[in-house]
Amino acid sequence: MTSTEVRVGSGGLAPPGPARPARRRSSGRGRLVQVAFLIPAAVYLVLFFGYPVVKNITMGFQEYTTRTFYTGEAPWVGFANYVTAVTDPVFDRALLNTGLFTVGSILGQFTIGLAIALFFHRRFHLSGVLRSLLLLPWLVPMIAASAVWRWILDTDHGVLNRTLDLLPFLDGRPAWLTSTTLALVAVIIVNIWLGIPFNATILYGGLQEIPEELYEAGSLDGATGARAFRHITWPLLRGVVTVVLVLGVVYTLKVLDVILGLTNGGPANATQTISTFSYHMSFREFDFGVGAALGNILVLISLVFAIVYLRLNRRAIDE
Amino acid sequence: MTRFSRARVAIAAAAALPLVLVAACSGSDGGTDGDGGGDGDVTELHVLDYYNNDPNKTVWQGVLDACAAEVGVELNRESVPGGDLIAKVLQMSSSRTLPDVLMLDNPDVQQIAESGALAPLSQFGLDPGGIAEGVLSASTYEDELYALQPVTNTIALFYNTQVLADAGIEPPTTWEELETAAAALTEGDQYGLALSAINTYEGTWQFLPFMWSNGGDEADIATEEVAGALQLWKDLLDSGSMSQSVVTWSQADVADQFSSGNAAMMVNGPWNFGTLAENAELEYGIVPIPAPAAGDTVVSPFGGEAWAVPQTGDDARMAVAAEFVQCLVGEDAVVDAAVGTNTVPTDPSLSAAVVEQVPNLASFAEQVPDLRARTGELGPEWPTQATAIYEAVQNALVGGMSPEDALAQAQNG
Repeated sequence: MTSTEVRVGSGGLAPPGPARPARRRSSGRGRLVQVAFLIPAAVYLVLFFGYPVVKNITMGFQEYTTRTFYTGEAPWVGFANYVTAVTDPVFDRALLNTGLFTVGSILGQFTIGLAIALFFHRRFHLSGVLRSLLLLPWLVPMIAASAVWRWILDTDHGVLNRTLDLLPFLDGRPAWLTSTTLALVAVIIVNIWLGIPFNATILYGGLQEIPEELYEAGSLDGATGARAFRHITWPLLRGVVTVVLVLGVVYTLKVLDVILGLTNGGPANATQTISTFSYHMSFREFDFGVGAALGNILVLISLVFAIVYLRLNRRAIDE
Repeated sequence: MTRFSRARVAIAAAAALPLVLVAACSGSDGGTDGDGGGDGDVTELHVLDYYNNDPNKTVWQGVLDACAAEVGVELNRESVPGGDLIAKVLQMSSSRTLPDVLMLDNPDVQQIAESGALAPLSQFGLDPGGIAEGVLSASTYEDELYALQPVTNTIALFYNTQVLADAGIEPPTTWEELETAAAALTEGDQYGLALSAINTYEGTWQFLPFMWSNGGDEADIATEEVAGALQLWKDLLDSGSMSQSVVTWSQADVADQFSSGNAAMMVNGPWNFGTLAENAELEYGIVPIPAPAAGDTVVSPFGGEAWAVPQTGDDARMAVAAEFVQCLVGEDAVVDAAVGTNTVPTDPSLSAAVVEQVPNLASFAEQVPDLRARTGELGPEWPTQATAIYEAVQNALVGGMSPEDALAQAQNG
């Protein structure tokens, strides 16, 4: 396990230090014990990760419909499902939306999360209480949150537009969830709200890791404020930033509940992403093969980012 | 060996325990397959439905119990939330644990029949009686009847009696009157009309009476007739007589808007009587959905659920289940269910007894002989076309497309 992973996994609270040297045992019994410890994890992975992934991949090449459930027959159709999925007029839109949604969400979540982490890094009265309050969005069930957000964003009676009415320079009410241009923005805003706690918490953990002495030494050389951030905080935070961004991208690519709860992919497919499209094909049109094909496309995209993550991680260790 | 390492072995053994359990579980799976005996007396039926909320839950319990008594069996009833039913049925299909009696939303019947999970009712000699032609077509797949539907519902135009009286406006009967009335009734926070143009099958369902009454057909929606209906909706929205939020409102949202006075009229169904009754001050009337022109016939889709006998492989139980389903479309069951759940009989000859008790149902009962099945023409292909319809509606209403372009894109997709 790498030192970067240790830090992140424990929310940055693990004390830094040299890894403990592994104790070597040559006795056969010891080896058996080691294997016995590994088996549950391995079985878990195969059962709950391996099987679904393999099943999803094969399903993408099968005609898998309601009939399949009763007869058990799912004829192989090669790439037909992929062709259906990719040539669907909604696909291009969904792909673009997935990109915009991911980039928009990550930019917002990361910037605000980092600002909040930096803010709380200077301790002040009640900072602990406030910091834990920040976690609230995480605790609200998404179905409840999206119902409340729908109410907030309602064009005619929503509290947001009623507040905007008070602004003198704003003419007319923005149709947050019903205009094809604004709906994606509204969905991104809600997803940013949802993602801030994750970003802030992990970045805050990363900030705790930076030794105070560096700032003291820096301040002697005249590096305070923005300069200290640029030359001390940012370089030392880079490992954590990479993790936050890559995990953020992977989480955001597959977001489903936020969009289903707010707009169900509408209006007029304005917020349809690959994941909502896949959900629709599988569970509304019962075309599980095409749904799985879309899911696999999404997995492939995520995989690219996972590889980027591993690469960056390796480079960080090499350094 | 030290005590320490013995402890480690114990922990390792404990860690491996779940494995053994998993193996044991999967081993016992095969044993439960052959339940249901098959020979001799059938004393109990497993019933699955989605009437999991009152009043439907309780009313149907009464209807089911009465039929169980008549057939002479005990009931083991399971009610799941509406959205979970199909997933549950598919799961049961693949694990061969289908119930003896299954309720399905009528547009889903052909889909499930196509999968092979349902038994054709002709093999039990069931009699559909006087059930309307349109209703039977939704339960029929490849010339075989697979389910019987006792009661149905559809949509109509609800209007706020007080608001219309104050404005001196009569309930509209044609599209032209609808547009004029909706415009005149729009003022301040109140819109003239509310309906659901949401991007789900609910939105499609609400659009169908307009499209069908204008001569449109679901097999090809890139036609003048369908475009005409969509143009009506677009005009209502563009003129401000409807809120732009119609593209996100479910029918329940529409009922809330109407009940709270934000809309003077709405397109909705009788299942909202309960919600509307909560507002004691609200007085409303119901008329059929306006026709394109005076004298035109209004063709609406029908809702409601049908009862089927799944292929459980146990002939004795299936025969008793069929008897039970026959009882559910009998006069007593139909009238009790209709009155209790604000629905109308699928057999028009039974309507009078229901309307006598619930006069508000009159305009729904009238439409039964003309009701059209959503799946009558396309069968299991319906979900794909239903998606195309609501997408076209949304593209025209808020996507900046003309009705013709939106429909052409949806049809040729």
